[in-house]
Amino acid sequence: MFVQLSHTSFAMVGIFQRSLRLRTSLRQLSFHKSTSPTDILSSLVLRGRLFPICSPFVFFSFRRTLHNSNDGPKSLSDTPPPRRPFCRVTQEDLTFFRTLLPGRAITDPDLLESSNVDWLKSVKGSSEVLLRPQTTEEVSQILRYCNSRNLAVNPQGGNTGLVGGSVPVHDEIVLSTALMNNILRFDDVSGILTCQSGCILENLSLYLEERGHIMPLDLGAKGSCQIGGNVATNAGGLRLLLYGSLHGTVLGLEVVLANGQVLDCLSTLRKDNTGYDLKQLFIGSEGTLGVITAVSILCPQKPKSVNVVFLGCETFEQLLKTFQLSRSMLGEILSAFEFLDSECLNLLRTHLKLHNPISDCPFYIVIETQGSDSNHDEEKLHNFLEEAMQSSLVVDGTVATEEAKIKALWSMRERITEALTHDGFTYKYDISLPVERIYQLVTDMRQHLGERAKSVVGYGHVGDGNLHLNITSPAKNPALLAAIEPFVYEWTAKFQGSISAEHGLGLKKRNYIYYSKSSQAVALMGTIKAILDPNGILNPYKTLPDNLR
Amino acid sequence: MSKKKSFLAIELQIRVKPDHSGVVTDGVKHSMNPFCEIAVEEAVKLKEKKLMKEVVVVSCGPQQSQETIRTALAMGADRGIHVEVSGKDYETLGPLQVSKILAALAKKEDAQLIILGKQAIDDDCNQTGQMTAALLDWPQGTFASEVSLEKDGIKVVREIDGGLETIKISTPAVLTADLRLNTPRYATLPNIMKAKKKKIANVKPADLGVDLTSRLEVLRVDEPPQRQAGMKVETVDDLVSKLKDAGKV
Repeated sequence: MFVQLSHTSFAMVGIFQRSLRLRTSLRQLSFHKSTSPTDILSSLVLRGRLFPICSPFVFFSFRRTLHNSNDGPKSLSDTPPPRRPFCRVTQEDLTFFRTLLPGRAITDPDLLESSNVDWLKSVKGSSEVLLRPQTTEEVSQILRYCNSRNLAVNPQGGNTGLVGGSVPVHDEIVLSTALMNNILRFDDVSGILTCQSGCILENLSLYLEERGHIMPLDLGAKGSCQIGGNVATNAGGLRLLLYGSLHGTVLGLEVVLANGQVLDCLSTLRKDNTGYDLKQLFIGSEGTLGVITAVSILCPQKPKSVNVVFLGCETFEQLLKTFQLSRSMLGEILSAFEFLDSECLNLLRTHLKLHNPISDCPFYIVIETQGSDSNHDEEKLHNFLEEAMQSSLVVDGTVATEEAKIKALWSMRERITEALTHDGFTYKYDISLPVERIYQLVTDMRQHLGERAKSVVGYGHVGDGNLHLNITSPAKNPALLAAIEPFVYEWTAKFQGSISAEHGLGLKKRNYIYYSKSSQAVALMGTIKAILDPNGILNPYKTLPDNLR
Repeated sequence: MSKKKSFLAIELQIRVKPDHSGVVTDGVKHSMNPFCEIAVEEAVKLKEKKLMKEVVVVSCGPQQSQETIRTALAMGADRGIHVEVSGKDYETLGPLQVSKILAALAKKEDAQLIILGKQAIDDDCNQTGQMTAALLDWPQGTFASEVSLEKDGIKVVREIDGGLETIKISTPAVLTADLRLNTPRYATLPNIMKAKKKKIANVKPADLGVDLTSRLEVLRVDEPPQRQAGMKVETVDDLVSKLKDAGKV
């Protein structure tokens, strides 16, 4: 099941990678420095590979390409990085791959299309080879070969990432884990699951549910995303509040390093303090330090009782107080605390015809509880709701205890991303801030942008301090983008927030890393990368900034 | 008066009992039948339009049925009646028994209108409404997708195979709700709180003079046959040879 638009907490930096495509096209036309931008444009249009690029912003980058001038403000991530001097794939290479992976070394451009484009259809690479290994040994042989031949490799899982980290930038070989989808072991006493990295998250969930357990993470992309990719990006999702991040729930990893060496840290022990905890390096490394081939993960018990509550609040302060109240009265059964503002609800109403289950309020909360005893949970929930209503923290709400109603209430939060795509071109920001500041960014942004934006909405995992700020405009608007950035990043840095709470840096946000990490920290990351991948073949152009200071 | 039935929540994995005598119901979550929800919503709407004075919800079943009654109360019903049926009696409780109970209650409460869901989604019988009407000798408007109370009766638009049929029936009457009659409201918090204070009366079938013996005997319950996994082939030649092997081509 391909991930559908009914979706969740993702946000993406709205930096447009059209110029990337342009550059690739440009390369195919040999042009002289004296050719004017208009000539290039017309030849590109004739080749039919264009989509509208008449915005002055693109002309701007044109000028920079042609004349290498330094006029105008530096746009940190809009320029795709130039191709590094990797080798290109030769017939010999193809023969090797085809022998190693019979029938699973793909060069057909139609089949390669989906691996070259990201889920948001915002970035496109030009890989000519897609490899689909089935075993760790095959991955090891592929990487050993590519390392010796200086061929760049782009590891790819479900390709549902939102920062352009899962698709090639140039002609990197795509290494897909899609066929590595076996579950190796499940111990239902300890709840520890061991599986290959290509297992789709939803399939793992279904497998576990039959055995009385669940995965410790849940995200809207579950129908397509793979556990290897989740681990490589340290995916957060809707259950983080209760079960914590992958840094805590992953017990072991099997990783193939850039030189083909297989690093077996696939432990299934809860506690193991014997030396440096290497797996933590790879969790969140976005495929730049090694290719994850197997994962062992601690899975919680399937809750016997799940309840979802949809509440309305007058002010954000009251929303925060409701959060405090829920933590104290629901405590151990609180598994999700999400919020959305009234603008989000208007979008859901306008574009998806979803009706408000309660009366209209400035802010809405979705609370989920999970527990082992429905009677206890319902009692806790009722006490909490009574208290919340009596102290007027909450002005209206509704409760769902059955699957169908639970899904309906969750869709009010999960389908906002989908509604936004209908509203126009969306600029997406995934920010971590101190909880009390979360909505201030939205109001400040609204004030700052004024009439320039169509909608400015805020929603997200308020329980985790994670805001999804989305700004729409009828069409891509460089003037609007210039007003949003770097304002949003500077605002975030001012409060020591993170410019990418859960989506990672990938291609699109790599150069913003300094807003949230010190130069020393980034330099050390560079050192580690150089040690583990001296030739830099693993997922180049991603995660670490272009100019490692 | 509105009648709702508790049934096994649809999204759950239903397991057949090892002795094939029925379906496992222990510890499994029960929910209000979706068509009954629509019936409750219609009843509450009629009351809000001041066409009906009072909405009474009835459920027949074990202790858990009370929860379903509470949900209906939270949607706007005024009071509930829980007809206690448990154990063996509950397992054999079918449309005939329920309709006898409803008929008895209707007479006792002097009801003017009985609204039910058209069928329960666990047994798909689609009989209770019709039987109740027959026992009371009342007219019935089944599969209702539109209901309007007029001076001289009730106009009911019914969903039938060929399209829609409009009939007019006199009161008192029995209606059964179909999918498009309305969209049930969410029970909002203030109403959920109020519902806690509303009365649910407890009644036994014997008090109503109803005999619960079933005339049906369930011989066997089986799961539908397991769906066979498909096979993936790498090339068209492979596909053709497999089809030939299986004798399909």
